[in-house]
This record gives sequence, C-alpha cells and structure tokens, in this order.
Amino acid sequence: MAKRESTFANMVVTLFLVAAAASFTLATVYNLTKEPIERAREATRQAAISLVLPDFDELRSLNVMPVTGSDSLGFNIAYKDGELVGIAVATYTRMGYSGDIRAMVGFTPEGTIIDVVHLSHAETPGLGDKIEKGKSSWSTDQFAGFDPREQSLKLKTDGGHIDGITAATITARAYCDAIDRAFQTLIANKESIINKEGE
Amino acid sequence: MGQLQNFSKGFIRENPVFILLLGLCPALGVTTSAFNGLGMGLATTFVLVSSNTVVSLIKNFIPSKVRIPCFIVVIASFVTIVDLVMEAFLPALFESLGLFIPLIVVNCLVMGRAEAFASKNNTGSAIVDGLGMGLGFSFALTLLGGVREILGAGEFFGMTLFPGDGMLVFVLAPGAFIGLGYLVALNNIVKKKLD
Repeated sequence: MAKRESTFANMVVTLFLVAAAASFTLATVYNLTKEPIERAREATRQAAISLVLPDFDELRSLNVMPVTGSDSLGFNIAYKDGELVGIAVATYTRMGYSGDIRAMVGFTPEGTIIDVVHLSHAETPGLGDKIEKGKSSWSTDQFAGFDPREQSLKLKTDGGHIDGITAATITARAYCDAIDRAFQTLIANKESIINKEGE
Repeated sequence: MGQLQNFSKGFIRENPVFILLLGLCPALGVTTSAFNGLGMGLATTFVLVSSNTVVSLIKNFIPSKVRIPCFIVVIASFVTIVDLVMEAFLPALFESLGLFIPLIVVNCLVMGRAEAFASKNNTGSAIVDGLGMGLGFSFALTLLGGVREILGAGEFFGMTLFPGDGMLVFVLAPGAFIGLGYLVALNNIVKKKLD
C-alpha cells in the first residue's frame, strides 16, 4: 500500500482519527486505574496516620485552613474508648528544594510531637531524601518527643532547636516549616477541635 | 540485517546513550541510583516498543506532512498510560520516578526511533528495534546510576557497600556529566575491540 498523499482533507481526517483513538484509549485507562490510584493514595495516608499516632479505635477527619498558607490541612483526630489520644495533621510546605513536601505529623492532645513521616517529596536523592524514615533516622531523632510549645521549630542556624541535615539545609528548613504550620494551626484551632469532641 | 543483530545493536554499537547520545535529559536526571535508572529504562522500553509497534502499523495510513504530530500523539498516549498504571499498581516505583515519567514524551530516543526506524520498517522489525534500543537504554541508565550510587552514596541497589557519605558530587548533577563522559569513552574502547 502506498503512502497516503498529503492533501488537506487527508491530513485533517488522519489527525482527527489519531486524536480520537488516543482520547478513547486514555479515557478507558483512566477509568480502569481511577479506583486503584485512590486506594493507593488512601493506603499511604492510613499507614502514615497509624505510624504517627498511638492506638486508636475511632478517627474523625476534617479540613482546617492553616494560619499561614493557602491550602487546607487534613486533621485526623483519634480517640480510644471515647478519649482524645492524638491528632495527626497532613501538612505541606512550599519551601522545598524541588517542589512541595507533604508530611503527616502526629501530636499528643497537649501538643507534643509524637512522630513525623513524609507523604511525598521530590528532594535530591542522596541528600534531601534523608527526611524519609527509611533513609535516615533524622526525622525521628529531631522531632519525636519534641515539644514545640517550649522549643522553637526552627533550625539551629536559624536560631531554633532542630539540627539540620548536612548538605540539605533547605530541605531540613522546609520540613520544619511544614511541621510548624501543622503545630500553629493545631494551637489556633484547639478550642474548636476539643469542643467538637464534647458533642 | 538479521533480527538478532537488529536487537543487539542497541547495547554497544548503537547504544542510545553512549553512541547516539539520545535521551540524555532522563539519562542525567534520574540516574542518582541504579534502581531509578533501571525503572526509568524499563518504562521507556515499554513506551518505545508500544509506540514503534503502532507507528509501524499506521505508517502507510499517515500523510507524511502530518506524521510528526501523529507520532507525538501516539507516544504521549502511551506515556500517560504508563503514568496512570504505575501510580495505580506500583506506587513505590511511582514515588521515586513519578516526576520523570511525563518527560518520556520529549525523550528524543522514542521520537527518533519512530521517525528513523518504525516509520520505514515492518512491524516485526520495529518491535525488535524498540526492545533492543529500550533495553540498551536501560542498560546504560542502570550502569550510570550504579556508578553514581557506588561512588556517591557507597551503595548499590540500596545495599550498603561501604559506610560513610561517599563523594557527594556524584549524586549531584556534575557527577552525572563526569560519569557519562567516562562511560562514553569506555564504550568507544569496547566498540573498537568488537570491530
């Protein structure tokens, strides 16, 4: 079969057909993968929540606008036998070295940090990715048991109480910013969160 | 040219990274570890085989003046499919490669093989070409990623070879260029020996 000639009608029809076939294929694949993608994201979120909180039997989720920043934070308030045991906050920062960093921070009802785990980031592999739990114990060492009411959630070089990461100061500073956003928002909204508990 | 030769040319003689110098953006960008290099290589291989197949099937149907837009649409569709399927079923791999998957669209290796080979040969040869080139690309990326990971972090596929911080420059961008330069030279020596 010889090549089709490049007449105007031929070109328009061909482009239309190719684009239509591609759209149809993509729509099908999108529908097929929609649910598994949501499940995978939800699984990451749930795993992060149970990693940063003590045992709980009831979880209430709500979105709260942060003190600073334009996107809402996901608050997950955990109860055991009707008692408030902790609050896991899905927080973010725009100060990352490459793109946003999202993290889950667990707080005791008083406001002490239980633990922190990253949800997603695009920091430099080998340097900034030390914020990941599997790569380095940095985040646990620095934040587990940290009480932001008494000490400042800033790097020591910025006058705070957190050790930075060698060769990844920007990443460490951004991580502090994300956690501080969660803490400030928690403190500012503590009343309403505890009030809802009594309902 | 026999099919075996058609397949094996992608590894040394016409290696996309070391000889053709195609697709250097992902080759330099993702190869901070051997695992990332392998993952990126295999994702590219899938796109390359799929796009080569479709391009060789529709090559007679496409008027030559609009062939490039048609090829781009085909390639972009397959890349989006890889992106969605990977996020759905391989979330761990997606987390480390997610950013780079959309870049496969503009990887000139995929476009280059569609234009230079698949649009002029039959489907069977085009599949073999895509497979050989894709695996050659994976081979090059894994090698470069391995060198950078060993020198930069003291690890290979995440296993610690020697403790300590390693030479940080190899994890960063300059290390990619230095590593690539030496590997290109090495590949030229091997190629000369083969000839």
